[in-house]
Amino acid sequence: MMATLSKLQVKRFTRETTNHEPKKRISGSRILMWLFLILLLFVTIFPLYWVIRTAVTPPKKVYSEARALAPSDPTTQNIERVLGLISDEELTALVKKNPTISAGKLDFLHFVKNSCIVAGAITAGQTFFSSLAAYAFARLRFPLRNLIFYSYLGGLMVPSIVLFIPNFVLIRNMEWIGTYKGMIAPTFLMTPFAVFFMRQFFLNLNTDLEEAAKLDGATHAGIFLKIAMPLSKGPIFTLAILTFITSWNEYLWPFLVGRDEKVRVLTVALSVFRSQTPQGGPDWAGLMAGTIVAVIPTFLLFIFLGRKVVDSIQFSGFK
Amino acid sequence: MQTAESRPFWEWPLKILVTIILIPKKFLDWAMNSEAFLGYLFILPSLIGFIAFFAYPAVRSVYISTLEWNLLTPAKHVGDDNYQFIYHDERFREALKTTVYYVLYNIPLQTLLALMIAVMMDKVHNSSFLRGIFVLPWLLPNVVVALLWLWMMDPSLGIINQALKQVGIGEQGFLGDPDQVIQSLAAINIWRHAGYTSILVFAGLKTIPKGLYEAAAIDGAGEIQKFLRITIPLLRPVLSFVLVTSVIGSFQVFDTIAITTEGGPAGSSRVILYYIYEQVFERRIHMGTASAASVVLFLILFTVTAIQMTFLRAGKSDLAEYS
Repeated sequence: MMATLSKLQVKRFTRETTNHEPKKRISGSRILMWLFLILLLFVTIFPLYWVIRTAVTPPKKVYSEARALAPSDPTTQNIERVLGLISDEELTALVKKNPTISAGKLDFLHFVKNSCIVAGAITAGQTFFSSLAAYAFARLRFPLRNLIFYSYLGGLMVPSIVLFIPNFVLIRNMEWIGTYKGMIAPTFLMTPFAVFFMRQFFLNLNTDLEEAAKLDGATHAGIFLKIAMPLSKGPIFTLAILTFITSWNEYLWPFLVGRDEKVRVLTVALSVFRSQTPQGGPDWAGLMAGTIVAVIPTFLLFIFLGRKVVDSIQFSGFK
Repeated sequence: MQTAESRPFWEWPLKILVTIILIPKKFLDWAMNSEAFLGYLFILPSLIGFIAFFAYPAVRSVYISTLEWNLLTPAKHVGDDNYQFIYHDERFREALKTTVYYVLYNIPLQTLLALMIAVMMDKVHNSSFLRGIFVLPWLLPNVVVALLWLWMMDPSLGIINQALKQVGIGEQGFLGDPDQVIQSLAAINIWRHAGYTSILVFAGLKTIPKGLYEAAAIDGAGEIQKFLRITIPLLRPVLSFVLVTSVIGSFQVFDTIAITTEGGPAGSSRVILYYIYEQVFERRIHMGTASAASVVLFLILFTVTAIQMTFLRAGKSDLAEYS
């Protein structure tokens, strides 16, 4: 009896595996899909490669070897030049030899510092204050709570340009044009997205631990500090990454209020650099070198936290 | 009597002092356990930020749209003059048309491509490495993306034209050609967004119960039928989200254009946001017209979103009917 049963099971098992077999088969459509994916990967990566290859090409060769997949004599000179690491005399000599490069002294290190200050401050403030508010919206009961939360949600609907004009006037009246404060202020205390994102997380968080703590006589403040905060390190970190990338990439607002060289951030610096066109064309080698500098933090985040970033994007898209 | 007299003279002041010291502590004890107090305390910073930089400017924007104001001299009330002006302004109409073209080139292609990538990742190979690569362009600043494509699409030196020359197709103007500029800008945006969108769609695919496909296979459904009858309907919530947000985003395209074409050549890429920008930061300052145009943009976006939400029944999931 046992033997027959197990034979039957074996039979069923083999049938099932053969049923699944076609999945593993190398069919024409699978090959086509592979080719398509590889083509798309190439299209995605090639432009990034091209940035690097142009950045390490000597300025003259950018013109003479426009088609070469790799420069014949790679150089770090462009990167040193945009970072302001070469002396004035060297720069003058260089410009004399290559009339196609920007004659002005560049200091992208300074812009990196500015970008770090602005994006760092926005990330710290926005993540902290938005999480605080999100917790209150998700867990504490108080009059007008839903009304306030839904007005925040309404803020998601308003295009940023509608807000930029009056905000520009406000920042101007406060004489904050050309200051870090002016660039940081509008998104320092909250964005509707950040509050929404964190509230969604707190709503999904199991309340058992908090209930238990309440029974043990913990205060609401205690529950927040000792239970909710440690549990939400992950999402808070995720929000911080997203906020940092967003504010690092922001262009229009810092362009409106922070064009001063003193506080200029990387994105604005790149656009100013782009609009200086020595001898007709833009200084491509220098621009691509500057571009590399501007994406270094993104790449670092990507390399060390790539998976987390991808997961957080999926999470943020769904809520 | 005797006992009362024997009390030291400082007893009452001390009691008062202790009470005064205890009040803050009592208050603190109460406050730390009062939901309402903590609630307001926690939302206070965000509320200040919301009122100062979201709610108040949103209202003020409508107010400014009724002014003639160049920031330097006092503002003048002009009623609906600004709306009249943009309604009759040829450049605004052109900008509206250009933006709609951009959205139409952009959205269908981007969504289709994203859907294809997601399905293929699901069928052939999926790893967080692959997804990471596809999402990478979306993590880059718009300014960087614009610069690198401006360089690649350069009419004479750009690698794309160099390659086209190699295979015998003539050089293309791309961003420098009024007939190709919108398509080129859409292509740049698709490069930046298709991978990101595919990640969202891919996550949506993962929520579809595999049992449905098996059941459909037993009923004799082919791959295409399964895709059209199961995958697409069940992806609807994700696709609606993707469509709604990417349409809203596309209507507000600015960075790429500011870096590459500055609205040119000959105004052929002047989208709504660039029109607004010109009202404030180029030529003479017209805060009123700029605000009026931005309010109109808001109304357009609101309508388009409302139509999409109704059409896509965005809030409802078909999955609920199956489970």
